[in-house]
This record gives sequence, C-alpha cells and structure tokens, in this order.
Amino acid sequence: MAEINQGVRETVNSQATHAFTHTLSRAAISALTPIAAVLVALAFGAALLSLNGFNGSDVVTVMVFGSFQDMRSVGEILLKATPLILIGAGLCVAFRCSIWNIGAEGQLYVGAIAATLVGTSIDGLSVWVHAPLVMLAGALAGAAWAGIAGYLKVRFQASEIVTTIMLNYIALILTSYLVTGPMRDASAAYPQSARLVREAWTPRLVTDLRLHIGILVALVLAVGLYIFLRRSSRGFALRVVGLNPHAARYAGMNVARNVMIAICISGAMAGLAGAFEVAGVTRRLYQNISPGYGFEGIAVALLAGNNPLAAILSGGLFATLRSGSEVLQITSQVPQVLVLVIQGIVILSVVAFAKLRDVLRIVA
Amino acid sequence: MSTRPFLRIDNIRKRFGPIVASDGVSLEIEEGEIHSLLGENGAGKSVLMSMICGMVRPDEGDIVYKGQPVSFASPRDAIRQRIGMVHQHFMLVPNLTVAENYILGQGSALSVISDMDKVHRKIRALSERYALDVRPDAIVEDLSVGEQQRVEILKVLFHGIDLLILDEPTAVLTPQETDRLLCLMSDLVKDGKTVVFISHKLDEVMRVSNRISVMRDGRVVHTVKVGETNARELARMMVGRDVRMELPRNPEPPGPIVLSVENLACRAENGIPAVRGVSFDVRAGEIVGIAGVSGNGQTELSLALSGLLPVDTGRVVLNGKEITGLDPAAINARSFSHIPEDRHKHGIVLPLSLSENTILQRYDQKPFATGGMLNGRVIAEHTRDLIKRFRVKSRDENQPIAALSGGNQQKLVVARELARNPDFILVNQLTRGIDIGAMEFVMEEMLKQRDSGRAILLISTELEELFAICDRILVMFHGGILGELPPDRTRLDELGLLMAGNKEQPAPAG
Repeated sequence: MAEINQGVRETVNSQATHAFTHTLSRAAISALTPIAAVLVALAFGAALLSLNGFNGSDVVTVMVFGSFQDMRSVGEILLKATPLILIGAGLCVAFRCSIWNIGAEGQLYVGAIAATLVGTSIDGLSVWVHAPLVMLAGALAGAAWAGIAGYLKVRFQASEIVTTIMLNYIALILTSYLVTGPMRDASAAYPQSARLVREAWTPRLVTDLRLHIGILVALVLAVGLYIFLRRSSRGFALRVVGLNPHAARYAGMNVARNVMIAICISGAMAGLAGAFEVAGVTRRLYQNISPGYGFEGIAVALLAGNNPLAAILSGGLFATLRSGSEVLQITSQVPQVLVLVIQGIVILSVVAFAKLRDVLRIVA
Repeated sequence: MSTRPFLRIDNIRKRFGPIVASDGVSLEIEEGEIHSLLGENGAGKSVLMSMICGMVRPDEGDIVYKGQPVSFASPRDAIRQRIGMVHQHFMLVPNLTVAENYILGQGSALSVISDMDKVHRKIRALSERYALDVRPDAIVEDLSVGEQQRVEILKVLFHGIDLLILDEPTAVLTPQETDRLLCLMSDLVKDGKTVVFISHKLDEVMRVSNRISVMRDGRVVHTVKVGETNARELARMMVGRDVRMELPRNPEPPGPIVLSVENLACRAENGIPAVRGVSFDVRAGEIVGIAGVSGNGQTELSLALSGLLPVDTGRVVLNGKEITGLDPAAINARSFSHIPEDRHKHGIVLPLSLSENTILQRYDQKPFATGGMLNGRVIAEHTRDLIKRFRVKSRDENQPIAALSGGNQQKLVVARELARNPDFILVNQLTRGIDIGAMEFVMEEMLKQRDSGRAILLISTELEELFAICDRILVMFHGGILGELPPDRTRLDELGLLMAGNKEQPAPAG
C-alpha cells in the first residue's frame, strides 16, 4: 500500500512539473494535426497524379493557389466558403452534443425552398425587411427539418444518422417536384422557380462581385456559436450531454431538450446556407442548387475538431480546394474524377489525423 | 485429492494501466468439480477467468492445464483445448439463428452450409440431453435473456469442452431460471465436465459448489470446501478489510425525520424487480447505513431515490414533501445531494475540467451563471476553494478531471455535493477504489456533516466503512430490508447471516 501511495505521489509531482510543457504540447497537437492532415493528403494527391502521367506537384499547386488570381476569384472562393462555414459551424454544435447530423444537405434544400417561397410570394417590402425575412425563413425551415430527426431520436430512439440521410432524399426530391411542378416558372425552358423579387435578394458586399453579405453573417455566427459552446450555460449542457448523457441526467439536465436544441441549431445554419444560395447567388430555386455543401460541411466540422471558430479556417480551405479544382478543369487535362479523388483523400486524411490527434493527446 | 490438478494457476499478475486487476493469483481447479469464485465487484474474478479462456493475456505467471503449461492467444485457442466461457455479456449475433451463431467462423462457408442439417441435429441432440430447450432455427433476438444464456451454454458444449467457465450467469436470471441453471451445472459435472462458477451470491454458491475460492483485491484469499464453511464465514471473507478506524459517534440524539421511504419498489433496467417494498427513515444528524452483498437492490434503490430510475410503488418523502417520481433536476433542487456509486458513469464527466465538473448541477444558477452565460471567474474561484478545502491533488482547476487519481476524483465529487448545502445526502460506495488517505478524509467529512445536522444514507458493501461511521445499519437482501443492527463489531456474525439472507436468529432492532 505504501508503495502505491509513493507511486501516486510521484505521478502527481511529475504532473505538476510538466504541467506547462504539457499544456503547450497539447495545444500544438490540436493546432498542427489538421495542417499535417491536409499536407499529407495533398502529397498523396500529387503522387496519384504523377502515377497517371501528370505533373503532380504543378497540378496540386494550381489546385491550392490557382484560384487566387484577382479580386473576382477571391470573391468566388469566399462565396463558396459561406455555406461551408455556416454548415460546418452548425455541425460543430451538433457533433459536440454527440448528434451525428448527416442531413445538412437536406436541411439546406428545405431552407432554399422556404427562402424561395418567401422571396417570390411577397412583394412591396423594403429590402431591410424582405432580405432578413428570407434568411429567417431559410433558418427556421432548416431547423424544423432537422427537428424531425431530433424528435424521432428523443421520442423513439431512432438513429439520427439514418433519419437525417432519409430526410436528405425527401428534401431533394421535394425540390425537384416543386421546380418541375407547383413552383415552376412556366416561361422558362428549364425546371426552375420564378425569380425572387429584388428586395428579397441578399445585398452584395462589393458591387461588381457576386460575393454577398452572407460571408459576414457566417463569420459572425461562427464566432457566436464558439462563444455559445464555450461560455454559455446552454452550451455547457450540450457538451455534457454529448460527453456523458448519464452524468447529464444525474445532474438534472434534460437530455432530450438539449438534443433538440443542438440538432435544430445545426439545421438552422444549413437552412440559412440554403437561403443564401437562392437569395444571394442563383436568385431562383433549381433542382441542384447545392454541389454537396451539406456533405462537405461534415468534413469542415471534422477538420475543425468541432470548434466553430476553426470551422472558419477549414471552411475557407475546402472552398479554396473546390475553386482550385474548377480552375484545373478549365486549364488542364486532369479529369474531374481525379480531382474528386484528391478531395476524397483530403477528407480521409482528416479523419485519420483526427484519430491520431486523440491518441497523441492521451500520450501527451 | 488427486495429485495433479486439472487446472493450476500460478502467481498470475495483470495490470491495466494503473489498476492492478490480478495481484499474484494462485488457484487450483480439480477435475470434475464445481469450483465457485466468490468476490465483490472488482475483486478480479472476471479478469482472471478471461485470462484462462484466452481473452486477456497475463503479464506474469503460469497457467498449467491438464499437466501442460498453456498460453492462449485467443478464445479460439482455448476452445481448441476444450475450455469454454460464457460471459456476462452475451457474445451472440442477435439477427442470426442459433445454428448460424454456432457455425460463425467455423470452417469454410460452403462446407458449413452443406452440413447445416448435421448442425441442427447436433444442437437438438445436445439440447435434449441437457433439457436446454434450444431450437436451432430460433432467431436469437426473439429469445428471452434466460433462453439466450442457454443458447450461449449450448454453444460452448457444441464446440466440445471439458472446462466450462460461467461468469455471473445468475445476475440476469429469474429465481426459477437460476434453479434450472444450477441443476444443469450438476448434470454437466456428472458427464465428466469441470465447472468454474463466478458469482457474488452466497446462497447459490453454497448450494452448488464443491469448493469455493474467495477473491479480494485481485487475490485469492481463501479456498474452502463447501462442507467446511457457511454463508456467514464466506460473507466475512468477501468483504473483510483490515483497516480499523474508530471515529467518534454523535452523542446528540438524532433530530426530526428528513427522508422517509415507504414501501418503495422498482425494477432494474432489464425489467427484473430489484427493490421489493423497502421502508425506512433517515433523521437529521444521523448516518444510516445499508449493508449487503452487492446486487441485492442497492444500486436500484439509490437510482430510484435520486430520480434516475422509475418507481413502481411506494413513496419517498423529503422534508415533508413527496418527491416520488420527480426528475433529478427537481430532486436536486430540494436540498438532495447524491454521491453516486459509479463515479465515471454518473458522478463526473471525465474529459471536462475540475471547474466544469464542480458546476454540473448548478451550471445555470447564480452566481455561476448570469443571463445564460457562465461566470468563469466565479466558477474558478469556487473550484479553487473546494480544491483547497478538500485537499484535492491537482495541477489547477482547468485540468481535466480524468487526469486525477480515483481518490481525488471522489474528493471533488464529495466536495461538490456538500457545497450544495444539502439537508439529505445519499452516498453509495463512499470509498470504493480510493486510497486509505482519501478514505479517512471523506469519512471524517461525512461525520462533520452529520454533526452539523444533515441526514445521511450510506449504502456500502464495505462493512468496516459502515461500522466506522454509521449510527445504525440496515441489511438489504433480495431487494428487501432484512433487519437492523447497531454498528457493533461484536455482532459481525449476525450481520453476516443477515447479508446471506438468513433470518433464523431474530434481529433485535437497534
């Protein structure tokens, strides 16, 4: 017994001595692993391209830096970053609560539908009223759509992984139905809705660019959600529920209510992203308004380590890669599939490094 | 006695990180006996048997089986040597049939499918021989827990074994199913098999075993023949601890009733009745102990009192107001503190900091939060104060609580619960898994609380702990309260008898 006590004492002492370096190394591990993940993935991508007879390093360079040509192209990157940051930051909240919402894509579409309805059916409002109303409609619709999965989870213990994926299909097919049927603009050749009235459009940030104020909203909300998770009572409860639901119940927290709040926040963020796509970019609802932002948002949150503040950076990175791959398609012979493969490698690498980070944190 | 034991375990050691699960265990099993392994939760029974059946590898020591030293890399190796184990948690694929479960991982898919008829016949034959009532084409998830267990036992028999290890098989069974299982064990021995029966239920062990080994703190402390012992002695061997502490009793008579429990009944999470009509009072300024071998309803009693398990019948009254069936938040708000049995499951959130763990219940209350936002400074100050007062060894309040030793984690839980100024404190396993220094500290802290007029209910399987600080001791057995005793060491025998469910001697109320 005495030996054990001695051992414990020594452990405590050594813990205290190494406290500072310990904290430092943990922070370094947290910050460096995502960067390492991306670098390793790009190296793999370059090797893969070389095997296929391309100049790997050149192509990867274009992919990363090719899109930084002028103000316009930077604007396009930020335009793509907007939905990714919104969705990624929202998913950070759900994932922190251990809710695996895979349905951001569907929530985005439902948000886009609601935004279109509000943006086409009302006329004569000031832009100060109508544009925010469209955003609010998108956010509420996204929250409600996610709330369905949340309700099924707390009421029937239905796995949200399954239900959110199912709801994705429903939302996509619903959109197709609406733009080919009831909401179709009869004068157009392609299936699309009528155009939103001008007052409903999301104001542009710079007159000549497509970039709209959505990027600012995304940044503010990402910071807001970071503060919410870190500093608010509700955010604390969400984290406790996510880490240990038994302890949450013991402490008197309402697990079901916290689960609903977390999933609805992530749904609202995705719905808002959908509203911005319609009101800020396309002005109309189409069948394929999202090129998979809802799914890429999962990778954004993952790379950010479920930290909404870091989701700003990882959202920016994924937007850059996406723009870069578009540049590649125009300027080189690299087939689009290979570009997609490289994006896939980035995501796999992020997952692998996230696991490695957890291991290193325990060791450190 | 045969000269060469069937299975000899020699000085086995196994550590999991800082936890010593087997601390030099030696044990001999003879051919054709039912050998029971008795011990409290965490005494090291399951780990020891997992090493014999190839699930876990020992760090040190030898296993000699049928005269040969063996070292199994996997359960499959052990089965090849005709050793099979039925685990507490069943290892069956729920959506497959019984027969399909048995052939998983056996031979090539083609040969197995063509032999399916043979497999079915073999299962039916074994099922009839041991009256197991197992149908080879039944889907596992459609079966009851008792049936699934028979499926597990038949699986082991199907693969052919000489040594059968049963890990707490009766924990999930009804009394009738238990009787049936004990008969089956005798039948297996008649067929020349050897059975190791892990349990902490004294009556079952006494009924069926030839010999009994008692484990405590990762060691075998005694091996006895069943005819040469009794339930009372076994109970003492199981819970005995050498720490002797004499702490002052409260000279003041206890005050008014704070918590009153009337005829409370509830079921465990698996639906089996666990608490069957329990009544008692706890008064201000007294510590009431609940003794008992674990698994007699203590866990469910404390979960039901704190609102974590639904109450079937009965009433719980706190300070004159009924709290039966309220949710934990409402109960917490009525001056009710709870130091839970399973620290890691309920008591703390391991990855969170000490600060965050101290506000687990009061995260949305003043002064820790205002306007929905946490007051980091107030929380940190409060935590530092608790760390100092309760001598919690830690780097600072921002350290994850996972980095602390068990004793220091427990001190923080105790500190948090006492800081909430409770009228009533429910304590389940105050000193489990903590070192002696921390143990004395938290026990003295409980006495201080008692002296300041709080009502304390202390549920424990550690008799020494109960003797040291309780004012009276209730004994729980099979979900009921069997008797009440004063905390008097000279009446240890009586306590042991009650713990074993024996009420022959009338127990005078203390």
